[in-house]
Amino acid sequence: MSGLFKSEIKNPVINWIDCRLPLFTMMSKEYGSFPTPKNFNYFWNFGALAMVNLVIMILTGVFLAMNYTPNTTMAFASVQHIMRDVNYGWLLRYAHANGASMFFIVVYIHIFRGLYYGSYKAPRELLWQLGVVIMLLMMATAFMGYVLPWGQMSFWGAKVITSLFSAFPVVGQPIVTWLWGGFSVDNPTLNRFFSLHYLLPFVLVGVIFLHIVALHITGSNNPLGVEVKGPADTLPFHPYYTVKDSVGICVFLIVFSVLIFFAPNYLGHVDNYIPANPLSTPADIVPEWYFLPFYAILRSVPNKLLGVLMMFSSIGVLLVIPWLDTSKVRSSRFRPVYRPFVAFVLPICLVTLGEVGAHSPVGIWVILGRVATAYYFFHFLVLMPVLGKLETTLPLPESISEAVLKAKTLKKAEAV
Amino acid sequence: MADSSASVGHSSDDGVTKRDFLALLASAGAAVTVGAIAWPLIDSMNPAADTLAVSAVEVDLKPILLGSGITLLWRGQPIFVRYRTPAEIKEAQDTPMADLIEPQEDSARVKPGHDQWLVLIAVCTHLGCIPLGNKLGQKRGDWGGYYCPCHGSQYDTSGRVRHGPAPLNLWVPPYAFESDTKIKIG
Ligand code: HEM
Ligand code: FES
Repeated sequence: MSGLFKSEIKNPVINWIDCRLPLFTMMSKEYGSFPTPKNFNYFWNFGALAMVNLVIMILTGVFLAMNYTPNTTMAFASVQHIMRDVNYGWLLRYAHANGASMFFIVVYIHIFRGLYYGSYKAPRELLWQLGVVIMLLMMATAFMGYVLPWGQMSFWGAKVITSLFSAFPVVGQPIVTWLWGGFSVDNPTLNRFFSLHYLLPFVLVGVIFLHIVALHITGSNNPLGVEVKGPADTLPFHPYYTVKDSVGICVFLIVFSVLIFFAPNYLGHVDNYIPANPLSTPADIVPEWYFLPFYAILRSVPNKLLGVLMMFSSIGVLLVIPWLDTSKVRSSRFRPVYRPFVAFVLPICLVTLGEVGAHSPVGIWVILGRVATAYYFFHFLVLMPVLGKLETTLPLPESISEAVLKAKTLKKAEAV
Repeated sequence: MADSSASVGHSSDDGVTKRDFLALLASAGAAVTVGAIAWPLIDSMNPAADTLAVSAVEVDLKPILLGSGITLLWRGQPIFVRYRTPAEIKEAQDTPMADLIEPQEDSARVKPGHDQWLVLIAVCTHLGCIPLGNKLGQKRGDWGGYYCPCHGSQYDTSGRVRHGPAPLNLWVPPYAFESDTKIKIG
């Protein structure tokens, strides 16, 4: 047996493969017996949900691509052909378009979970940063996907967003021309966006793989934010969390189905059912909802270059929060002062930014946009470093199992 | 092993070996090769020859009404051709340079002897929307030129930016008069 892996799997066929390529052992180690903190709440479902969502996107996307034509003269019509003539084409397209929205809902909640429970702190900094890279790749993918149906919003959204790069002095305009492959958003642009829209999801798969590898080195964080101390703190991933994840997946699929079957265009924009017209700018250019907060930050700054830089730094700042947050305590449960800021003020700030992004920048929306933008950066650049040093945190439990047992006895006592 | 190269005499006195030199040379060669392979890929995304071949368009000015303009496409970009009124011309010419965000004389933006014709690339220098105001009756902003509906930039009757967020004046495409009533763009 020298040179072969010693597989313990009983089935002779699987054993034969496993000795030569120990995928089965790896899977059962990483997803079967993998020791997982026993106190997860439903916030810990969203990673698995994101994976399911990515699979749905790739599947529906590959089949859409079989009927889609990336040419400015035919793209719009080919999407209508998918909607009207292709068997179940409407389902594929509505699942794909709403799947993108679901993907962002899931990933934004997943990120919020990380922020609230301090999952970005040592030793999980790189894991967190890989997550930010995943979010950026998703944004690029979704942006280019939205251009493909070649409606008015596709065209003008593409024009506005690619023009962002012209803000950079000297290199700006050449970069934009290079991105466009011409002097305006046109056929070369549509072609390359289709090519990249097909490619990036598979790059995502690669980065997500690294994200999981890093996760399985450090192990998961948990709602208490105290590290696992021993076997008493954990459960094997299967069946405990495969089951919990399955419950979440069912709820996810219900919400997804409601969107697809009852409100398939609720999150879209009607103007995208008008074919792209380079000679007519729509009254108001609005990006997809998941980009609105960032669009609002861009428009809150009256200077073009500064606005672009602020928008990019609003995501860039996430890369460095492992070092901006000076608190030794991970979970916000034990941070009474920080907790309301991360649980309420920050989400309200983001929803406000989203609302601002959907309105023309006049009157009250300008002021709201500026206040919310200011708070966003204040939260990460000032609150995180300063509060971490000043705040008196609540006493942490000795271990996960101790906290879980105590909660159980309390409940029993209440019942009696 | 560590000092084997020194012991066989490849080392100069300062500890730099021939092997260091070879490693440097090989890395530099590899870097150049990677660059040489990457460049064609990157450059293939730049405008292709047929896109660059400037397709010129001729524009007949006769149908354009005083005070209004027409919009056409050139190289995929919208172009404004506007017939300015004497008042608009005077306003454009009399604007003090100090009032401008990107100072430029009106005379540098039109052809001599053809002050009434303003030809512009109709792409807002902020983020690329088409400004309003080329047609009579459209919103023209406080300076009587153009108003961009996207983020509220305003341009004067010479197409110069007067109110942000746009940082630059509207661009003037290359064009020439073929006769008094016909121009060729490109
Ligand atoms: C990260 C995963 C993905 C995301 C977030 C995403 C997002 C999007 C979005 C937002 C649209 C516009 C939907 C609309 O309004 O019609 C779109 C369209 C499209 N996507 Fe994707 N996509 C993903 C993966 C893929 C993959 C792997 C393919 C495979 C080739 C693909 C192929 C297409 C095609 C052909 C269209 C045009 C048809 C249409 O507009 O419905 N997508 N995508
Ligand atoms: S694109 Fe014209 S003001 Fe922004």
